Amino acid sequence: MKKLSLLVAVLLSLVSFNAGAATISVNQFVEHPALDAILKGFQDYLKEQGVEVEYNVHNAQANMGTATQIGQQMIGEKADLLLAIATPSAQATAQAVNKAPENMKRPFLFTAVTDPVAAGLVKDLQHPPKGITGVSDLLPIEQHIKMVLSYGGNIKRLGLLYNSGEANSKSTIVRVKALREKLGFTTVEATASKTADVYQAAKSLVGRVDAIFIPTDNTIVSALESVIKVGVQNKLPVFAADVDSVKRGAVAAMGFDYYKHGYQTGAVAERILNGEKPENIPVSFQKDLQLHINAVFSEKMGLTPSAEFLKKATKVYK
Amino acid sequence: MTWYAALGAIEQGLVYGIMVVGVYLTFRILDFPDLTVDGSLPLGAAISAVAITSGINPYLSLVFALAGGFLAGMVTAILNTKFKILHLLASILTMIALYSINIRIMSGPNVALLGKDTVFDAVISYGVPAHFAGVIIFGLFALIVLCFIIWFLGTEIGMAILAVGDNPQMIRSLGVNTHTIVILGVGMSNGLVALSGALVAQNQGAADVGMGIGTIVAGLASVIIGETLFGCTTIARAFIAAVLGSVVYRLAISLALGLEFGDFRFNPSDLNLITAVLVIGALIAPNLRKRLIAR
Repeated sequence: MKKLSLLVAVLLSLVSFNAGAATISVNQFVEHPALDAILKGFQDYLKEQGVEVEYNVHNAQANMGTATQIGQQMIGEKADLLLAIATPSAQATAQAVNKAPENMKRPFLFTAVTDPVAAGLVKDLQHPPKGITGVSDLLPIEQHIKMVLSYGGNIKRLGLLYNSGEANSKSTIVRVKALREKLGFTTVEATASKTADVYQAAKSLVGRVDAIFIPTDNTIVSALESVIKVGVQNKLPVFAADVDSVKRGAVAAMGFDYYKHGYQTGAVAERILNGEKPENIPVSFQKDLQLHINAVFSEKMGLTPSAEFLKKATKVYK
Repeated sequence: MTWYAALGAIEQGLVYGIMVVGVYLTFRILDFPDLTVDGSLPLGAAISAVAITSGINPYLSLVFALAGGFLAGMVTAILNTKFKILHLLASILTMIALYSINIRIMSGPNVALLGKDTVFDAVISYGVPAHFAGVIIFGLFALIVLCFIIWFLGTEIGMAILAVGDNPQMIRSLGVNTHTIVILGVGMSNGLVALSGALVAQNQGAADVGMGIGTIVAGLASVIIGETLFGCTTIARAFIAAVLGSVVYRLAISLALGLEFGDFRFNPSDLNLITAVLVIGALIAPNLRKRLIAR
């Protein structure tokens, strides 16, 4: 009997050794161009580094209850690394890891979380708790607003369009409003709690502001085209906070490519797979900033970007 | 499906089962289609989370959540009975109002409970592993709620609730004030939904204003699954079936999450479709078997 179990153990270890590939279980909150780009960047990085990985990708389809269940599902899958994309999924996964028995706990990496401290994931960005680390997508907001104000035209009144139900947006809006005095502009807010309300909310800003600014808000960005339509009809420039939206018609955005965000997260994953302890890796922020400009929609919304701006841009859509 | 995921699904099924009991009470017993639940579930979560973060005992926070949910249900029922607004619209109005109210309560869309005291700590301190604590606590809560509701519907007021749902004219002719009964019934239902929301938040480590989306869908699905698979011949059986229906619904999601055939894997975005197909399978299986036997 003892021999048999020894044999089985040896065979099992051979199997897992032959497989060679590390497994990563992913808890993504919702299908969304930015979040999908993160996963793609993450996978591409590891592929380029020659790290062989097998993925168990799960998507909660924007349902918190399902996100919680996916957390527990991932513990059961006994992967080498758990990856959570976006705040609600990160919270659900963190809770699942906390509850798991010691021998089933796995290193946990979060990404696309704007404020990991407020989300309760870490207490200290430099020293995350045991087994957890991540990458934050906190926006370089001051640089961003400076860009909007100096883009062209005379922008003094900024319309802020967001869903007050999204934690990420709320913290961005607070930071934008804190800059009002320093940079000399006023704000008008309009909120929409679901995509169907976005068009109406955007229209409510017409005539009251010189430009619209959209934070990285899942609801608004999902219905971006309706905001662009309002912008074109009323010559009201629409600025976004994520560069993916520029392709879809926003005038300009300074920020980062979510693909690169995922790429950077991949690098952290590689360190963890190589045996580094997550708690020894401080929470990192996005490094490469880019300026994307959509010249076509700039003109349609009544703004002509200066040559200097076009030169600074990483990417110009013509 | 791994055993760990199954355990998680049962845990989720039991905690949402408390919500399903509430939905059964309005939808089947009172014949009052109530969409307030999409707002009262996060309301309970919000109240409990804010209470816990301001240092209140997690068990006591459940009482607050229950009371908050009861009030929300009362608002819907008063709009319907006293002001003659159609029940569906009345509940939609309360639901959308609660979205803003919940953000007010939490002073933001999300309150983290990670690392805070929760109802699980008492059980875990007795040496129960954390991953079993959920099943035990939620099983206990579901049992208490079931016992209470079955007992309550046997009392005089409970009988009146049953009668209002069945034949309001008859009960009115007996001199019972149907308005009061409806207000009480819808209030109780939403109190239970809020209690469920509070427990869900403590379990998942955060209260989020978006967590109520789809509650009524899951609730109704669980009610129907329960009725079809476990029957509803008596009040006790119907309510137990509702909770079991919720467990089956969560097991279906869990099964859908881990489903693969050899090398073939579904896209992560297929989850809702696979869940729907599995539930359809569970619902028509008994019927199919009957037909086959009849032949």
